[in-house]
Amino acid sequence: MLRFLMRRVLIALPTIILISIFVFALQKLLPGDPLLVLAGEERDPEVLEFLREKYRLNDPIPVQYLAWIGNALQGDLGTSLRTNQPVTELMAQKLPVTIQLATMSMIFALVIGIPTGILSAVKKGTVTDYVANVVALSGLSIPNFWLGIMLILLVSVKWQLLPASGYVPLSEDFWQSIRTMLMPSFVLGTALAATLMRHTRSAMLGVLSADYVRTARAKGLSERVVILKHSFRNALTPIVTLTALLFGELIAGAVLTEQIFTIPGFGKLVVDAVFNRDYAVVQGIVLVTAVGFIFMNLLADMMYFVLNPRLREQ
Amino acid sequence: MAIAAPTAGQELASEDALFVMSDLTLRFKGQKNDVVQGVNLRVRRGEVLCVVGESGCGKSVTSMAIMGLLPPNSAQISSGKMRISSDEWDLVTDRLPAELRGNKIAMIFQEPMTSLNPAFRIGNQIAEVVQRHQGGTRAASLDRAEEMLQRVGIANPGQRLREYPHQLSGGMRQRVMIAMALANEPQILIADEPTTALDVTIQAQILDLIADLRDETGMGTIMITHDLGVVAEIADTVAVMYGGQVVEQGPVEEVFRNPQHPYTIGLMSAMPRLDKPGERLAIVPGTVPTISNMPDGCRFRTRCAFATSYCSKRPSLSDIAPDHSVACHYAPLEAHVRVSA
Repeated sequence: MLRFLMRRVLIALPTIILISIFVFALQKLLPGDPLLVLAGEERDPEVLEFLREKYRLNDPIPVQYLAWIGNALQGDLGTSLRTNQPVTELMAQKLPVTIQLATMSMIFALVIGIPTGILSAVKKGTVTDYVANVVALSGLSIPNFWLGIMLILLVSVKWQLLPASGYVPLSEDFWQSIRTMLMPSFVLGTALAATLMRHTRSAMLGVLSADYVRTARAKGLSERVVILKHSFRNALTPIVTLTALLFGELIAGAVLTEQIFTIPGFGKLVVDAVFNRDYAVVQGIVLVTAVGFIFMNLLADMMYFVLNPRLREQ
Repeated sequence: MAIAAPTAGQELASEDALFVMSDLTLRFKGQKNDVVQGVNLRVRRGEVLCVVGESGCGKSVTSMAIMGLLPPNSAQISSGKMRISSDEWDLVTDRLPAELRGNKIAMIFQEPMTSLNPAFRIGNQIAEVVQRHQGGTRAASLDRAEEMLQRVGIANPGQRLREYPHQLSGGMRQRVMIAMALANEPQILIADEPTTALDVTIQAQILDLIADLRDETGMGTIMITHDLGVVAEIADTVAVMYGGQVVEQGPVEEVFRNPQHPYTIGLMSAMPRLDKPGERLAIVPGTVPTISNMPDGCRFRTRCAFATSYCSKRPSLSDIAPDHSVACHYAPLEAHVRVSA
């Protein structure tokens, strides 16, 4: 198992290096000069030159890259061109928000997606299956922003049940924090639930016709045990992979949803940074989310060992 | 004139039989012919009944119907009564209750490689069926599982308990399946081609094991097979199936020595024999028609050398000797052959 994990980490390394080069290069290719933003109205050539020197923009690009990645490895992702705050500090402020949103969304996705997926596989070809599929398809087709706006309109404005927008830190007021996040995480969660439901359904369909499921029935086990224990356990692998990947996506930020509910998360941070040509922030966020994504993948790989005894001894 | 076959009612009443299936008829949704038609089976205590036939003759479907494992929405049972010791069911309305599956009546399957759940330790898989039907603690069930592994001839049972199916060979897995099936001391064991997927030497071991366990427990066994070698080795009685019907039934020596249905005769002469080496094997001409192309009446008549227009009427299973019954208008064959010759 250790060897397998080591290999996975080794494979992940070149991926991370490639991503960092790509992120860095992309910034250089983008039109627009961040210094013009920084220098403001003055555009004094001397000021510009000073700033170029300060941010080492006159160095050859590979040198700039090495300097950036070197600092990044030491936990320094540079400072925001706009607010002069360290990028890591900016991200540290947003991270709890994003993680809370991602976790709550994922809970919605799992709680809705997996049971409906199992149900529609077990009831394949029946009305239940059909309804579940139609609902899932609508879940996939309805745009998040529309669902978000409708929810605000009904739940917040009309019925006044939940706050329409904003963010309250968990540490400040736990229940208010959860209440504020409820709608945005529901919006994100339902979209993911549809994907999860479809994957759960097809994984379960593959397993339900297996010989060992027939054996479980021949043992006289209840249908609940046959499905939830003997079948679902073997259908878990693709579901776990998908969950890890979806969680990685959630961490990267949900731009539209965050905008609608004015949640100060990663998504909003990255959009603002792109509009402001805030190089350092964009680079930092993309790098960190990419590494986070790869980490989630590794986590999924590790889960395989728990789920699949056949892998353990190799 | 043939003696009438015992009616379903009489068979159900017969005292010495442990298991009786009478007049099982079923079809799958959307098909116009029955895949199993009027099948009667009977097993006494300690007896091994072999159900033989080619693939697609309905023998596996019959065993699944007995266990209540057919998908209820696609398999339509139009008649069939079943009795296990004193409990009786009408299969049209009821299936075998889950409380009896794996308990009073247990089953082992053809594919030991895939019949065990790859995600769980074998000890837990055996213990599960013990706990399901006998209750008791988990520890007690695991003890029972270990005892069963020992009994089916697995060395180091205590250690094997903690292993996963992929760590065992095919023969071992089938032993585990047998241990699982017999853990609750069933009265009836259904074995659906238990040795087909195994090496020849392992096949013999598994058959010996089943025979030994039968001797120990007195359970009745229904063995589904297409291998006449298996039949010769283990069977007490044999039921030959063709096209979803039982065409000949009787004690194994009687059926082997004196086969009366043309299909049984064909099967017997298609079997290689050590006492007549070098002899060319006979074949049954043609192939089994698909279920939708089954002829009316005697389903074997399209392949039968003796078939006449009379065969478009379905022959009933009739006794030609005590306990030996044949579903052919021309049985016993000698009489007719002599007459026509």
